[in-house]
Amino acid sequence: MSDTFTLDGDEIPFESGQTVMQAALAAGHYVPHLCYHPEFRPHGSCKVCTVKVNGRFATSCTLPAQAGLNVESNIDEVNAIRRTLVQMLFAEGNHFCPTCEKSGNCVLQALGYDLGVMTAGFRHLFPDRPVDASHPDILLDFNRCILCELCVRASCEVDGKCVFALAGRGITKHLIVNSESGRLVDTEVDLADKALSVCPVGVILVKRKGFAVPIGERRYDQSPISAQALADAPREPAAPAGRPCSSCEEGS
Amino acid sequence: MSKLRVATTSLAGCFGCHTSFLDIDERLFDLLKLVEFDRTPLTDIKHCGPCDIGIVEGGICNAENVAVLREFRNNCKVLIAIGSCAVTGGLPAQRNHLDLGDCLSEVYLTEPGTSHGLIPNDPELPLPLDKVHPIHEVVKVDYFIPGCPPSGDAIWKFLTDLIAGRTPTLGHGLIKYD
Repeated sequence: MSDTFTLDGDEIPFESGQTVMQAALAAGHYVPHLCYHPEFRPHGSCKVCTVKVNGRFATSCTLPAQAGLNVESNIDEVNAIRRTLVQMLFAEGNHFCPTCEKSGNCVLQALGYDLGVMTAGFRHLFPDRPVDASHPDILLDFNRCILCELCVRASCEVDGKCVFALAGRGITKHLIVNSESGRLVDTEVDLADKALSVCPVGVILVKRKGFAVPIGERRYDQSPISAQALADAPREPAAPAGRPCSSCEEGS
Repeated sequence: MSKLRVATTSLAGCFGCHTSFLDIDERLFDLLKLVEFDRTPLTDIKHCGPCDIGIVEGGICNAENVAVLREFRNNCKVLIAIGSCAVTGGLPAQRNHLDLGDCLSEVYLTEPGTSHGLIPNDPELPLPLDKVHPIHEVVKVDYFIPGCPPSGDAIWKFLTDLIAGRTPTLGHGLIKYD
């Protein structure tokens, strides 16, 4: 018999080693999240999965489940925090949905819809982030990067290539490409790489595929992300390439 | 009950949101039972008088936009930003990471055109701003309707909620950023 904690009043069973997020999703309870992905180690950077645990705030993707925790997720106080986090992400990058190929399949956008974000509210920073179109089949549009590190994790942990990394600190933090020239064309990246399929926003795009599914018929056009995320939830970790990564903190 | 007075304008926008507003189609007649229009491209009234609701499409890209926006804020009890440009700066704001002087040189001096090698400087032309801004960076905005453009259904839902005294909510399918 497994232990339980409560989430918004419901008893959630968990197994030793599970995080609050893993246990909640496995039990069919959606907790909004952005940088968390069921196949990868938790990163805890976006804070969208913040919940109130015994009166204190914590990221549910990194918090180990413990018996008797009182977790509150779908309450106004916590959703207001999530809304502000999503607003800050929109203000920080150049998220111009009308020209984005990812529109309708974008997790950031879908979260904004679901949380009722009507405006970024803050002053937009309009950063200057040139795209990398060097690769014949893949486009990198850094304007939309939210620094979730999913591509970094996938490239290191699964592909064993470490094509991507984050550089800089604070507001200057940004996604870089690990090659001598800094351009994607000079890496070992391949169309079959896991790293290309995990971007929640519109940074990593396979060229000439952008509108294969028309706007209006895309994933989050069908139903809100809260109604779909559970389908992704209980999943085995992605198979690692078995090659430890020595070039970045992810594999260490 | 007297009708609510509504004003609308398009600043640094494309009039797409106004076109989408007309997509409420025959519901326009229902709306006209509840509101009357002050300054708007539909009436061609040039200045905004005291209004209950002001609806602003487009961001702020020049000095005239600022003057019109302030006129709306000073006269409208409730100000609504409609569409991506008013809400985020939108398409015009895609020049924000470039230098304005470089933009003008590229368009009027480098590229072939009809400007005869001069950057237009007629005193009647409003001066462009260094950066394009969403309208909430210039005046207090009460409500936002995102979308490029928001659908007629979204605009109808929002306005009918507001006029009925409900907190306007769009929900899945009506709230769109693209």
